[in-house]
Amino acid sequence: MPVITYRDALGAAIREEMQRDDRVFLMGEEVAVYQGAYKVSKGFLQEFGEMRVVDTPITELGFAGVGVGAAMVGLRPVIEFMTWNFALLALDQVVNAAAKMLYMSGGQFKIPIVFRGPNGAALQLSAQHSQAWESWLAHIPGLKVIAPGTPYDAKGLLKSAIRDDNPVCVLEGEMLYNTKGEVPDEEYLIPLGKADLKRQGEHCSIITHGKMVLVAMQAADQLAKEGINIDVVDLRTIRPMDVEAIGESVKKTNRAVVLEEGWEICGVGAQVVDFIQRDCFDYLDAPVIRVHQADTPMPYAKGLEKAAKPDLPKAIAAVRKVMYLD
Amino acid sequence: MATKVFMEALSPTMEEGRLVKWLKNEGDAVKSGETLAEVETDKAIMELVARGDGILRKRLINEGDTAPVGTLAGVIATADENIDALVAGAAGAPAAGASAPAQVVATTQESAGASSVPRRPEESQGEASTPPQQKVADVPPAPPSRAAAPAAPAAGAPAAQGDVRSSPLARRLASERGLDLHSVQGSGPNGRIIKRDIEAAAAAGAAAPRAAVSAAPSGPVIPREGDFHDEPLSQIRKTIARRLGESIGPIPTFYLTAEYDLTRVMEMRKAMAELGDQFKVSVNDVLLKATAVALSQHPEVNAHWLGDRIRYHNRVHLGMAVATDDGLIVPVIWDADRKRMSDISREAKELAKRARERKLRPEEFTGSTFSVSNLGMFGIDQFTAIINPPEAGILAIGTSEEKLVVVNGEPVVRNRVRVTMSCDHRIIDGAVGAKFLQTLRRLIENPLMLVY
Repeated sequence: MPVITYRDALGAAIREEMQRDDRVFLMGEEVAVYQGAYKVSKGFLQEFGEMRVVDTPITELGFAGVGVGAAMVGLRPVIEFMTWNFALLALDQVVNAAAKMLYMSGGQFKIPIVFRGPNGAALQLSAQHSQAWESWLAHIPGLKVIAPGTPYDAKGLLKSAIRDDNPVCVLEGEMLYNTKGEVPDEEYLIPLGKADLKRQGEHCSIITHGKMVLVAMQAADQLAKEGINIDVVDLRTIRPMDVEAIGESVKKTNRAVVLEEGWEICGVGAQVVDFIQRDCFDYLDAPVIRVHQADTPMPYAKGLEKAAKPDLPKAIAAVRKVMYLD
Repeated sequence: MATKVFMEALSPTMEEGRLVKWLKNEGDAVKSGETLAEVETDKAIMELVARGDGILRKRLINEGDTAPVGTLAGVIATADENIDALVAGAAGAPAAGASAPAQVVATTQESAGASSVPRRPEESQGEASTPPQQKVADVPPAPPSRAAAPAAPAAGAPAAQGDVRSSPLARRLASERGLDLHSVQGSGPNGRIIKRDIEAAAAAGAAAPRAAVSAAPSGPVIPREGDFHDEPLSQIRKTIARRLGESIGPIPTFYLTAEYDLTRVMEMRKAMAELGDQFKVSVNDVLLKATAVALSQHPEVNAHWLGDRIRYHNRVHLGMAVATDDGLIVPVIWDADRKRMSDISREAKELAKRARERKLRPEEFTGSTFSVSNLGMFGIDQFTAIINPPEAGILAIGTSEEKLVVVNGEPVVRNRVRVTMSCDHRIIDGAVGAKFLQTLRRLIENPLMLVY
């Protein structure tokens, strides 16, 4: 099976969907002439032309709104935000227009739109550009939110997102774009709302998504050397969340660590823990522990940034704690 | 190294103790296990023993004084060891964690496990301090023993499971396997009982697996394997419990009275007495044995009310109310249904004597599954006794005396006794209680059944 980057997997997904359905188009800052800020849309302008690969001014609220309008009249826009940090300005269109139009129009307007871009911290981009937004977006009824952690999932999920008739927010990662993984040549789709058991173990579950999937897999590798076998549940979709997969894993292992990139308070992990306590109460042998970013704006200083981020040692320490080993 | 002597929890409900008498003086050499002092608990006078070897260097509680559990009572050390800091520290609050050595945790009937007699505390000690089998290597050693058995509401009543720290999973597994959490040592943080502890306890044979259900003509179907069987409340039992509880107190009690003929009991006693003094048994002994045998045939009466479920006991531990100068106490004859009448007679006598002397050990007055109260010796014709919670009932026995009764149309003089059973209606319905008294009548009026 070919091994490609996460970046190319995303590009392949959009390209295939644009080839398949001429209502699909890509719009955003630097997507056309510059070939994409992160080169996801490399070659798109040449292949599809400027009507379907549209460069915009630096006007997130504006082009998000244009996208919602296009979706209302039957097109299937893919809106690229250079980063989700810039999308804050566009949230009125995402939350108040895209998410609510089907409901408030009494079902008259479907909004088949994809908002996508890198999410969370990269390296030393400082407080304003190092934020993980999934809990903000997943909070909103009417939005779907996906956070693929591997090239395979990125392609399969993004294709499903483009075909979905509802607004879907795709949370990618600057640090993920260069990661590589096996992606088949033949077409496949991954359904939204389905978690993936990335690794099987009986002692403890790590429930995670996005960038942190890699950390969870490394933690599982390391802990396996001590004889501790981890179930790694990759949520893949934050909303709707695969509650069954969470329950199945926790009922098997009786212990869980919830690992996420973002902040603790009202984070995605808080929701996961809530599902666990509701569905798995009689199966818990220890309190669930969360691993997340420190409750502070992301520091710029390298050492402080490292200290603030969730990482491999923190994930391992959490598993050991939940196993009552420390 | 110095050994601290603490006021220990010497009964399940003890919160403080009065140091009656020191048996060692300052400067005396003491060995681990030797009695240092006599301590009066809320239930009895108990022995406070040394937990280490050395010289009793300091006595910190005066004779006659009362101190909370956990208070430093003395210091055992070598002759030249500096104990000033220890003694100075004694002025402070009672030491946390000192309250309850595992040795004096009360043994309930559940923790007796599969053995047919209650384990002595010292026998259970070794097991309690052994860390349970561990799932993953590198697990830290088990934390210090959990605090002494939590306060029981009354003599004979096992404490609620809520007092034990345990994970939800452990609680579910314990309930599925019929394990009492009090009999399990926790190895999690703060002594929390977790899955591996339940597995270790089950592997150690403390498990009481549910038996296959056998068909029975009527009444609840109660598996007869293991020490007991927990039955979740059915809707009808819940409604009965709620409605009748509203009507009369927290325990909706009703009373059933029956008069039994003792003619054959008297004949049997006479015949036995003629064989020699060593074969003498009292009417009370016969009634105790008959009650125990009847209970073994009626587990639906030999039960505990646990709030959300009913525990049907497969073993019969008969509580017998004993009046003492200090008040009522209910020592327990374990497995009374399986004991010979001579054993019951001897044990009842011994327990009553030791109760009056306040010398009962905690395991001798906890764990009863049903109780009997006899005021016959006071000439009481009949009376109603108050249920000893969480038991389902209590049998009140009146005086046995000659009465004029009609037999086959003829007035005759017969020895009769009146018994009144107080029943917790949440567990026992009228007909269930009546059937039990029917069985009891058959046994008492045909005492040879007791040796069958």
